[in-house]
Formats: sequence, structure tokens, C-alpha cells
Amino acid sequence: MVVGNVRRAHTVMSARLVLLSAGAVLMILPFAYMLSTSFKPNALVLSIPPQFLPHQVTTSNYTQAWSSNQFGHYFVNSLWVAVVTTLASVLLSAMMAYALARFQFPGRTVAFGLILVGLMVPGLMMLIPQFLLAKKLLLLNSLWGLVVFYTGGNLALNTFLLRSFFQDIPWELEEAMVVDGGGPWTRFWRLILPLSRPALAVVAIFTFLASWDEFTWALTIINDPSKYTLPIGIALFQGQHSTSWGLVFAASAIAIGPVIAIFAIFQRQFVSGIATGAVKA
Amino acid sequence: MRPRRLTASSNSGTTSDSLGRSVTALRPRFRPTNVRRRKEITAAYLFLAPGFFLFALVILYPIVRAFQISLFNWSIVPGTASHFLGLHNYSRAIHDPIFWRALENTGFYMAVTVPGQIVLGLATAVLLDAHVPGRGLFRTIYYLPVVTSWVVVSLLFQYLFITDGGLANWILHDNLHLVGHNIDWLGTRWMAMLSLGILGIWKGIGWAMVIFLAALQGVPVELKEAAAVDGAKAWARFRAVSLPAIRPVIAFVTVMLVIGSFNVFISVFLMTKGGPLDETQVLLTYMYRWAFSYLDFGYGSALSFILTLIVFVLALAQLRLFRRPAEAHS
Repeated sequence: MVVGNVRRAHTVMSARLVLLSAGAVLMILPFAYMLSTSFKPNALVLSIPPQFLPHQVTTSNYTQAWSSNQFGHYFVNSLWVAVVTTLASVLLSAMMAYALARFQFPGRTVAFGLILVGLMVPGLMMLIPQFLLAKKLLLLNSLWGLVVFYTGGNLALNTFLLRSFFQDIPWELEEAMVVDGGGPWTRFWRLILPLSRPALAVVAIFTFLASWDEFTWALTIINDPSKYTLPIGIALFQGQHSTSWGLVFAASAIAIGPVIAIFAIFQRQFVSGIATGAVKA
Repeated sequence: MRPRRLTASSNSGTTSDSLGRSVTALRPRFRPTNVRRRKEITAAYLFLAPGFFLFALVILYPIVRAFQISLFNWSIVPGTASHFLGLHNYSRAIHDPIFWRALENTGFYMAVTVPGQIVLGLATAVLLDAHVPGRGLFRTIYYLPVVTSWVVVSLLFQYLFITDGGLANWILHDNLHLVGHNIDWLGTRWMAMLSLGILGIWKGIGWAMVIFLAALQGVPVELKEAAAVDGAKAWARFRAVSLPAIRPVIAFVTVMLVIGSFNVFISVFLMTKGGPLDETQVLLTYMYRWAFSYLDFGYGSALSFILTLIVFVLALAQLRLFRRPAEAHS
């Protein structure tokens, strides 16, 4: 009977692995095919049967994508916007979260309620008024227009996540600093932030990726090609060269490279961040 | 101000007089003086202010403004007046057949992607909730589409779904012979909506999976084992033990996915552009068209506001629906 059980457990495990592998193939196949196409000369991108390993490999798509459409430039724009947004948004939301998690003050509940509203409202419903606002603030067609609105747009989620993390830091630690005469600012910088490194990493990664991938706002306010970020660069590129799939995917590979690298490095933080956010909610 | 935990501890001290005395004796310096209390309140506002100002400016103010603009025939030319229309833009939407079609398409997208992501995400999480070799690797692979930008995956699926020469048709037609001719994936209304739905599911499985997996790992092992000893069949065991335990998480995921499905934009915008002939418009692509192609900001805002109302109503209805049975149990 024991042998039977072991054999059954073995069968169950094999079934699990087969199903998981089949799913994994479906997940990864489009990416693999994209990568393969990015190395194909244009004549082969729609050949039947498809060539998964192209008979004729070329890197010209990459060199052409990088040079001809200023993709190097878009890359730098995206990087600058994502880095500045991440720094600003993480700092501002950490400060807000600290106020909401550790202080009792008039208006605290209202402020937190408004942040929850900001979390619930569909982001694109504000597109028109935001556009008018950006126009008034002279932020149209400017990378600062992206930074300001991305930072503001990420504040609600970041504050929400950081607040729940700060609340779990034992109050006794802060108490000890109060006894030593540490003011709120000192406690924030010397205690709360250093203790919250994992949570700050999660929030920083989310913000970076959200800014790096953002498309609609950038499409709406940026006209000047020298200020394109990668997502608009790629989308418009496809619009102009609708059949140059090799070029489009070489550009795409350049754009998602950093994302996948970041994800691979910070995988654990990612997963725990998403899970905490959800399980807490 | 007085931090909350301190308040709580001094409250507990007031339960008895003798204890209260000892609490004051132990912690005399945590009785904040008025000066200190005022200083702490000021500090709290200073911490909150910069971020909250920005949040109010770029999020809260535009929410209110969206409603205001929707009541006008909004003029974008500086110096010219905008005309107040009352609810005209809303009645215009009600009489606009393409609005209804966009709503239908959005509803269809929701009906396909929400159950699809939940069932497949949950199934994957259940399969991974064991000592499977290569578990981390599987998790990474399933999560990869989640972190990839919508722009890239939309173009990628557009490429896969090309009628002649696309990979999807090659597999289904030339390889497996499941269909007699190449499918025109993006050229007709329902096939296009289905293609968009397939992309939505593919991109979202990993997100649902990660959350379900975390929830399943929170189910006490003793519970699962007790059911196993009882000899309950795997499926019955799952329904009796794990499923009720992760019910709140399923509710959360459902609400988030429903909201997400109403936010579908980039994939439609890039893959079908709402066409052919507005057949595949969803609410946001239709809004975007009115706002930024026809520059009718009033009507565009009315469409946005209708979308927001639908999302709120659906979210509240679901929270109700999910809450009731749980309360009955407790």
C-alpha cells in the first residue's frame, strides 16, 4: 500500500510537471518567436513554414533600429524619466506614508480616504483634464510633463503599500529615539527608511517599470520626436514600417531587456510585494 | 501628536486605578505636553504636504474637473467661451450606437478575460503549491508577460495573429489542421475581440497566479493534511479546504481584474485601432478618439465619467456579493 502511495505521488508530480511545462511553453513561445524574428532579414519574417531558428541570421535590425530612428535617444529619455520619477515618487510617498502610519492629526482619515479614491479611479478617465492642466503648466511636449504626472500618478499605490509596512515597524524602536530626543525627521531618516529597505525596493521597482512602460500619457502630450520615450518610439515605428517586423522587434527587445534584467534580479521582492499588497487589502 | 500605539498602551493603563498609577510612573515622559503635541502635528503635516499637494493637483483635481468638463461643449481655443450643456453629453452617449457597441465590446472583453485569468491563474497556483522541481523558474516564466510593456506585447500578438504568415494560423491550420482556412483574427468584430481577450489572459495569468499562490501558502498545512487523511479526493479537498480559505483573495483578484478589464486601451488602440469601422471600439479607445482626434473634450469627458461610474458600481456590487456569504459563516 505504501508502495502504491509512493507511485501515485510520483504520477501526480509528473502530471503537475507536464501541465506546468505546457503552460510555460505557451507563455514563453511568443517571446522566443519575437527574439527569433528580430534576427531575421525582412524577407523571412512571414515565411511559411515559420523559421524558429532563422537559416539566415542578421544583426542588422538591431544596428538599424538603434541608429535610424534615434532609439538610443528614446532609451536615454525613458531612462531619465523613469529614474527621476522613481526617486521623487518613492521619497514623497514614503513621507506621506510615515505621516499616515505614525501620527494622529486632524484630517488623517480624510487624507487616507482620498488616497484610496485615487487607487480606485481608472487612470485614463482623467486624461482630458490632465491634458488641459499640463497645457496650463506649460508641461506639454516636455519630459518634465511625464515626470510630474507619473510621480503624482504613482503616489497613491506607493503610499498605500508603504503605510502598511511602516505600521508593522515596532513602535518601541521609535520610542527609544524619542527618549534620546530624536525629532520626527531624524526618526524618519535614521530609523524608518533604513528598516524599510525591502518595501522601498518593491515600490521603487514598481514605479520604475510603470514609468518605463507608460504609453498613453506620453503619446498624448509628446509630439517632438526628440522627446519620445521607448514605448511611443516603438508604436510609431511600427506605424511607419508596418511590415518591418524584424526592426520592430529588435527595438522591442532593446526596450524590454532592462525590464527583464530588473525582474530577474529582484524577482523575490516583486513577488512578495504583489502578494503583500493583495493579501493585506 | 500622539502616535497611535502609545495612545493604545496608555488606554490599557486606565483599566484600573492602581495600574494607571504604575503606568504613569513608568512612562512619565510620554505624556506629551501641549508644545510637543503641536510640534508633532506640524511635523505630520509637513511630511504629508509635498506629496499630497502633487496628488491633489494631478489626480484629485482632474477627477472633479472631468465631471465639470463633461457638462460643457468644451472649447479648446483660448479666448473662446465654452457653452454649458448640462447633461446633454450624457444623453448624447445614450443615443450613440457606437457608445453601446463599445460598452458591449468592453463587457465581452471582461467576460472573457476575468474568468480566464482567474481559472488559469488559480490552476497554475495550485499546481505550483507543492514541492515541484524548478518552481522558481516556472514562476518567473509565467510572470514574464506581466512585466512586459503593453506596447510590446500588443505588437507581438498583432504579428502572431497575422492572417497569412502569422504563427497562430500556421499552428492551427497548417500544423494541427484544426481549422479549414486561415482565420482573419483581427479583421472581424468578434474574432478581434477574442484575440484581444486571448492577449489579455496571456498577459494576466502570472499576476493572478502570484497572488493565489501566496494565499494558498497561507492555508494551514494541518487543514490540508487533515483533509488528506480523511481520504477526501483532491478536488473535493480543494473545494472544502483551500477554496473557502482563499475566498477573500479571490474576491480581491476579481474586483481588480474587472476594473482592469474596463481599462483596456493600449492593445485595442494598437492592434485594431477600434476598427474595422468602429466594430472593435472599447470605451477608452472611443473616448480617446472623441477627445484627441475630434477634440470634443466635453463628450470625451462624459464617456470617461460613465466608465468611472460603471467601474465603481461593479466594484461595490462585487464586494457586497463576496462579503455576504463570508459574514454568514462567521
